[in-house]
Amino acid sequence: MSPRVGVVLFPGSNCEQDMIEAMGLVGAEPEILWHGDATTKGVDAVIVPGGFAHGDYLRPGAIARFSPIMGAVSEFAAAGGPVVGICNGFQVLTEAGLLPGALQKNAGLKFVCTMVELRVESTDSVLTRGAEAGSVLRVPINHFEGNYTCDADTLAQLRAEDRIVLRYVENPNGSIDDIAGICNEGRNVVGLMPHPERATSELLGSIDGLPLLRSILS
Amino acid sequence: MIFSVQVEVRLRPGIADPQGSTIERAIPTLGVAGVTGVRVGKFIRFDIDAADEASARASVEDLCRRFLTNPVIEDSFIELSAGAAS
Repeated sequence: MSPRVGVVLFPGSNCEQDMIEAMGLVGAEPEILWHGDATTKGVDAVIVPGGFAHGDYLRPGAIARFSPIMGAVSEFAAAGGPVVGICNGFQVLTEAGLLPGALQKNAGLKFVCTMVELRVESTDSVLTRGAEAGSVLRVPINHFEGNYTCDADTLAQLRAEDRIVLRYVENPNGSIDDIAGICNEGRNVVGLMPHPERATSELLGSIDGLPLLRSILS
Repeated sequence: MIFSVQVEVRLRPGIADPQGSTIERAIPTLGVAGVTGVRVGKFIRFDIDAADEASARASVEDLCRRFLTNPVIEDSFIELSAGAAS
């Protein structure tokens, strides 16, 4: 039976259909999880997609954590279930306290929409366990608030615990320590700014998102 | 007792502020020289009903810490006065 993957839909999400398409491509049975329902409906993995949840009001991700589904997502994560937040989804997970740190505005003062190279720094996470350690993946980014930051103690902890799972080869947004993606202590919650669901076909310019998406299912 | 609350949310020192930088770079084109240190924040106002000023302030500080700011990147500055503003 195909693994069931829930893709959370907030008012203002805009990458959920891309993610449904991409997860179908790698053999999952994807479905939408409406933010107003306080359940993850027994899925095997949860993805919080990109967009502008609740209009990014107050701060990106700040209102989303009050949606009824986030309690269920937190419980799912606490039980070890795979949770991946992409772009705005990463912002939502930091604001919900499922991942440390915050995403500030890009250092270069510009919205950045381009293909970047990511180095797989750790394969010990639900998003990278099927990728090759040290390999370089071409995956697009598309954000204004993607400049990851955290305090010095948190950064030291992330490094010491091998929780920086993806780094930019060339830093596009000023992120501290070139961080593109991190995971939680349990390694089952991952947040990243790049969009692996947009790197799933040669027609899109790259298929390097596929090993990441497959990892979620393995 | 009703208290009128004003919360200024500022980006912490060192946090990127593209809006502030862009405004600062635009100002000289208006012929005004010498403007530096432009930072753009947020201003949030509301009224709160509480037993006294200390408990009102405690509630507002809690709101700032848990919701109105992200303490990783923002600081809050609270002003509180007796009586509704609206």
